[in-house]
Amino acid sequence: MKAHDEERVKELLRLALKPMEGELEPSRDLWPAVLKRLSAGTAQVPWFDWALLAGLLGLGAFFPASIPVFLYYL
Amino acid sequence: MGTAASSATDRLDEFRQGSIDAFETLFRHHQRTVYGWILRIVRNPSAAEELTVETFWRIYRAHARFRPEMGFEGWARRIATHAALDWLRTKRPVETSEELCAEPMAPSGDDPAVTAEIRQKTALAFGRLPPKLRVAATLAVVEELPQKQVAEALGISVAAVKLRVFRALRLLRKDLERQGIRP
Repeated sequence: MKAHDEERVKELLRLALKPMEGELEPSRDLWPAVLKRLSAGTAQVPWFDWALLAGLLGLGAFFPASIPVFLYYL
Repeated sequence: MGTAASSATDRLDEFRQGSIDAFETLFRHHQRTVYGWILRIVRNPSAAEELTVETFWRIYRAHARFRPEMGFEGWARRIATHAALDWLRTKRPVETSEELCAEPMAPSGDDPAVTAEIRQKTALAFGRLPPKLRVAATLAVVEELPQKQVAEALGISVAAVKLRVFRALRLLRKDLERQGIRP
């Protein structure tokens, strides 16, 4: 692509998309949303992790002999 | 002045140790910059707000990896750029094009040959570009930001930014030619 063509495409692009000018501000205070996201992020444990934990506890309760085997492979 | 600088350094140290208060101070200080940066990339105010939240969530999760000597703003900008790129990757080209076309078009300036139709077709073609190329071209060409800043935000070299911009413009030109527009 020639330099002239490149400049022409750049110019077209600048005409097609308006550059964002001035002070850009969110429409609301985003801090509460960040806090909510943080607490959701720390509390979120996938359901299959809970299912796995329940399975292991059940296995330990019904077959106590499996506990040393499990610990060995841990 | 010295006290203010040392207080800012203390804040960054506290943030690195996971202090929520220090994080809030940094959030209040940088949220506009981060929001503005994301908005320049995604060009959708509500998505930019969501991505600002996502960015600060990612920032807090990575607090232990923050190195104060790198500076908070540049680090935040890089995380924001990646969050915006992830978002653009989830969008279909059609949706992106619709968003770009929904923007008020810039006035055609001194060139009467550039009609509203050409501007719309250019925006549509731009929306079809791969997100990585689009982000580089948006920041470096449309927003005319320094290439060094764009390179730092994308985590690539200045030469790589130039290459991405070049590829974006070449693809854009080919797409426009296919639509019968000869730039």
